[in-house]
Amino acid sequence: MFASPEVNPRAQWSLDGGRVLLELSGDWLRGGPEPEVIGEVPGRAPDAYLTTGLGDFDSTLPAFLLARIRNENGGEYLLQGLPPNLHGLMELALAVPEEIEARGKPADTSDISKLGALAINTWASALSVAEFTGQSILSLGRFFTGRAHFRRSEFWLIVQQCGAEALPIVTLISFLIGLILAFVGNEQLANFGASLYVADLVGIAMVREMGVVMTAIIMSGRTGAAFAAHIGSMKANQEIDALRTFGFDPFDFLVLPRMLALVLMLPLLTMYANIIGILGGMLVGSSVGIPPVLYWNEILTVVSLDNAFLGVFKSVFFGIIIAMSGCMYGMNAGNSSAAVGNATTRAVVASITAIIILDSAFAAIFTILDI
Amino acid sequence: MQKKNDTPQSQAKIAVRDLTMAYGHLVVMRDLNFDVAEKDIFVIMGGSGCGKSTLLRHLIGLQEPAKGHILYDGGDFTAASPAQRISFIRRFGVMYQSGALWSSLTLAENIAMPIEEHTEMKPQEIRDLVSYKLALVGLSGYEDYYPAQISGGMNKRAGIARAMALDPDILFLDEPGAGLDPLSSRRLDDLILRLRDSLGSTIVVVTHELASIFAIANHSIFLDTATRTQGATGNPSILRDHSENPAVRLFLSRGEESTSPSPIHS
Repeated sequence: MFASPEVNPRAQWSLDGGRVLLELSGDWLRGGPEPEVIGEVPGRAPDAYLTTGLGDFDSTLPAFLLARIRNENGGEYLLQGLPPNLHGLMELALAVPEEIEARGKPADTSDISKLGALAINTWASALSVAEFTGQSILSLGRFFTGRAHFRRSEFWLIVQQCGAEALPIVTLISFLIGLILAFVGNEQLANFGASLYVADLVGIAMVREMGVVMTAIIMSGRTGAAFAAHIGSMKANQEIDALRTFGFDPFDFLVLPRMLALVLMLPLLTMYANIIGILGGMLVGSSVGIPPVLYWNEILTVVSLDNAFLGVFKSVFFGIIIAMSGCMYGMNAGNSSAAVGNATTRAVVASITAIIILDSAFAAIFTILDI
Repeated sequence: MQKKNDTPQSQAKIAVRDLTMAYGHLVVMRDLNFDVAEKDIFVIMGGSGCGKSTLLRHLIGLQEPAKGHILYDGGDFTAASPAQRISFIRRFGVMYQSGALWSSLTLAENIAMPIEEHTEMKPQEIRDLVSYKLALVGLSGYEDYYPAQISGGMNKRAGIARAMALDPDILFLDEPGAGLDPLSSRRLDDLILRLRDSLGSTIVVVTHELASIFAIANHSIFLDTATRTQGATGNPSILRDHSENPAVRLFLSRGEESTSPSPIHS
């Protein structure tokens, strides 16, 4: 095996009377020279083999043979003349006929059918959103009538994960947002000698829009993604089926605590973000000549409780959106690790989109109502 | 570094010397010593949770021994540098318990990936090779399926096909028969025997299925949970009737054996 020089692999088909003969010779090794094929490859498997000149071989030889002798109608294969080890492998490889049905059929790719598929998918996902919303409302109903079962310890763990543990990132982002707003505002307002109004700008923008929207986006990337990945891998692992067979409603057990936790914590985080953002503006203000006391007084006069309430009010809805999209895509995930990744992506994209759309709707409504 | 008296033993394909496996301070098994010869089908057996899979993870380098050495063809695997390790590992083919196919790739892509990355074969040759590997495990025609679309048993067989992708020198199979119907399991045993005979691979199998053990193994180790060390090594058919260790005899006879060993008549 070590000393013998390699002989080029060769396969020679020939007809002997009505019989197809295949002669194999040389060394068939991966990385070796390409096999030389002599004679016409007939439409049927050989009736006999000649292997006197056959040297060393690895999987390349049986792979080569299988690709050429297997026919679609199955039937008997004559393997006479093959050395015993190759005979055994070929017998094994040919034992189960090829699953023709399993071969992927070419997909219908006409534009009409694509449009149809798109419409069907859209309708199906609209239905699943509706179903999920309905199930969540039923679950909430059971909670308020005291019939929903979930583990309190798990609920508080989720509260900790989507509340206290999110504080550092919320602090950093909202402080920087306050800073940016103040910088940009001061640039323009200084032209009119109205730098003091930086406080109005930062205060109103933070409490009405930026505080709540930024917090919601952070939380959908942080917590919504975590919900989708966690529930998705539970699904892939049949853990959700296990909950069902023990008589636990997965909605009560998984979705409800997550929704309640976010509805509780997102308003608190929003209020916190508002304050931090205003402090960020104060830092910029003092650097451009607005004394902190003056800045603070200005904030107190323009930021009414109504204004502050609007942002917090919106955060309740955003919390529901984040929890629902995270849980829904997790619950509807497929059974593989790739599907879990997919579900996480969709959950985050869907919740951010829904948050921005809902925020625009709120802006329109508040303008009409003149709040 | 090797002592003189180790030299004859290191002729074995796999040699394990004084291996102690532990998770932190929790010792799983201590003082394992065994040899696997070339072309052996070596079975690691033992009760549930005794450390069979842990031993396999040590053999393929996914876990470091707390003490002791593993040698392949006399070369020290445990003490090898990361670069040397890769040349050892390239000779292994491993099938994991649940298949562990990459879920974002089709079956064909799963098997083709190692071939594409490690050899310079042409695409058509790779396709033929992939079809052949799938045919060996009875999955012809399932090339374009994703692992999530086929059953658990099929995943397992595809996992074996992937382990064989590069014609490994040593094939490690973790519970290959578990979850298969009796006929498929028998076919798999047949496959394992034929692979050994035709490719000359050494095969290490973790299993507790007695039918498989007696059908394929010519050498084995029994891990004894009670003593946390090896209960016996040898041919399982001989161990069943003649082992000095009652735990081994009980295990190999499904608990139906008398408590004293029958003497060897030969």
